[in-house]
Amino acid sequence: MSDPKIRVRGLTKAFGAKTVLDGIDLDVAAGTSMVVIGGSGSGKSVLLKCILGLIEPDAGSIEIDGRDVLRLPRQEREQVNARIGMLFQAGALFDSLTVWENVAFGLLAQHKAARAEARERAGTILAQVGLDPSVGDLSPAELSGGMQKRVGLARAIASQPDILFFDEPTTGLDPIMGAVIDGLIVDCVKRLGSTAIAITHDMASATRIGDRAAMLFRGKLVWQGQAADLLHSGNSMVDQFTHGRREGPIQMELRR
Amino acid sequence: MIDPLDAVAAVGRGTIGAVRATGAVALFGAAGLSHLVRPPFYGRMFLQAFIEFSYFSLPVVALTAVFSGAVIALQSFTGFSRFGAESAIAGIVVLSVVRELGPVLAGLMVAGRVGAAMAAELGTMRVTDQIDALGTLSTNPMKYLVAPRLLAGLIAVPLLVIVADVLGVAGGFLVSTVKLGFNPSGYLTSTFQILTTTDVVAGLAKAAAFGFLIALMGCYHGYNSKGGAQGVGSATTSAVVAASILILAFDYVLTELFFAR
Ligand SMILES: Nc1ncnc2c1ncn2[C@@H]1O[C@H](COP(=O)(O)OP(=O)(O)OP(=O)(O)O)[C@@H](O)[C@H]1O
Ligand SMILES: [Mg+2]
Repeated sequence: MSDPKIRVRGLTKAFGAKTVLDGIDLDVAAGTSMVVIGGSGSGKSVLLKCILGLIEPDAGSIEIDGRDVLRLPRQEREQVNARIGMLFQAGALFDSLTVWENVAFGLLAQHKAARAEARERAGTILAQVGLDPSVGDLSPAELSGGMQKRVGLARAIASQPDILFFDEPTTGLDPIMGAVIDGLIVDCVKRLGSTAIAITHDMASATRIGDRAAMLFRGKLVWQGQAADLLHSGNSMVDQFTHGRREGPIQMELRR
Repeated sequence: MIDPLDAVAAVGRGTIGAVRATGAVALFGAAGLSHLVRPPFYGRMFLQAFIEFSYFSLPVVALTAVFSGAVIALQSFTGFSRFGAESAIAGIVVLSVVRELGPVLAGLMVAGRVGAAMAAELGTMRVTDQIDALGTLSTNPMKYLVAPRLLAGLIAVPLLVIVADVLGVAGGFLVSTVKLGFNPSGYLTSTFQILTTTDVVAGLAKAAAFGFLIALMGCYHGYNSKGGAQGVGSATTSAVVAASILILAFDYVLTELFFAR
């Protein structure tokens, strides 16, 4: 077996006294999709932000293509990041720019295209995520939540990155739109041949997007396996989570 | 019983905090400036910030300048008329406007307008992950957001102050000629006789420093804000308060530098 595209070892991060990630080991093979599930506040977004270099971990190593990105000089680090696309949990669209400028942002920043050409490309990419190119002239605030997710997706895939991160791509959408977005993600990942990590709470979505899956609980990955096995994993914590049971090994800490 | 050592410890803690904050701001400013000499440059972002600083601040700065020039003419007339020193009024107006009131009042007004807006905009971008998103799109947020604003403040506020100076003198001129019955050409002659190049240069140097400080405070507090809408609100307040205090403090220091012999 060849080296994994992304290899995380012993990743640890605490905010103050609160340990959010506690020794994460994770491998993602090139060209595959990994789904990470886990309760709210379990540190899923922090995990992605660590890999992206937006949050500095306390300990551990993160290798992308065999290079430890935490120890790269800043310029090389930026080159690695230029090949990663990210769909943020809340979209994070630039609200001072139009939709097409958002989508073409990376192209313009990397001088891969002139403005007129970038605009054309943005229209094509918007069409790929099922939006009319005329949407490009609107501002992000004028879009519905589902449309914003699609624009975020379009922006993430625009510069054809070979790694894609999706932070809860379908949360807050109706089931049909959720399925549509999942389909778009699978299409994009297949078309680009990218390696992907997706975070989700949505089991239907997890099995549609993922090749493999992992569950994060109390700062550790308590289970890893095939995404198709999520609903009958044999792990009691995963079972409780995927079936949404109140009773089980995971006790919600409710104050009364 | 209050332990005197507690008081010492509190002073020490306060001092350490202040030194640390000053260091953080200085590093932030230096990082921002260093991006001004390394490509890529974002002309569009600079232009936007420049127009926000200069063109959209014109009305409020113009009104402030006209009225303060006028009120100085009026005040010094009531003070001086008894001694028959009306001709000194032209000098008082032009020197106080060019050396002090132009830069300081324009600075304070712009801090309230532009500094606040900058902190709110960058703060919102921070808490909605937009600044993080820039990093994933091959764009250094310091270079894209902070550097152009620092440069815009540095250049735009002096230009604004030139306008404020002219209008402040005009305000004093209007009151002196229309209300106090001075000879217009005599008033203008004394105005230009008294004004020196040092006065103008000192005033504009102050303006450049204030513009930089306003942008620095707006960017620093916005860029480092956290915790949702409330965090953005307090970042905005901090940016305006810090910029205003720094403007007054630097005004003293620069005055000492230029005029105290
Ligand atoms: N910048 C930060 N400073 C301090 N604490 C943070 C920061 N970012 C995240 N945390 C804390 O880390 C924990 C994990 O946050 P994270 O956003 O990763 O959760 P999540 O698993 O993505 O949850 P959700 O499914 O609700 O998005 C939370 O308790 C949060 O309070
Ligand atoms: Mg999250």
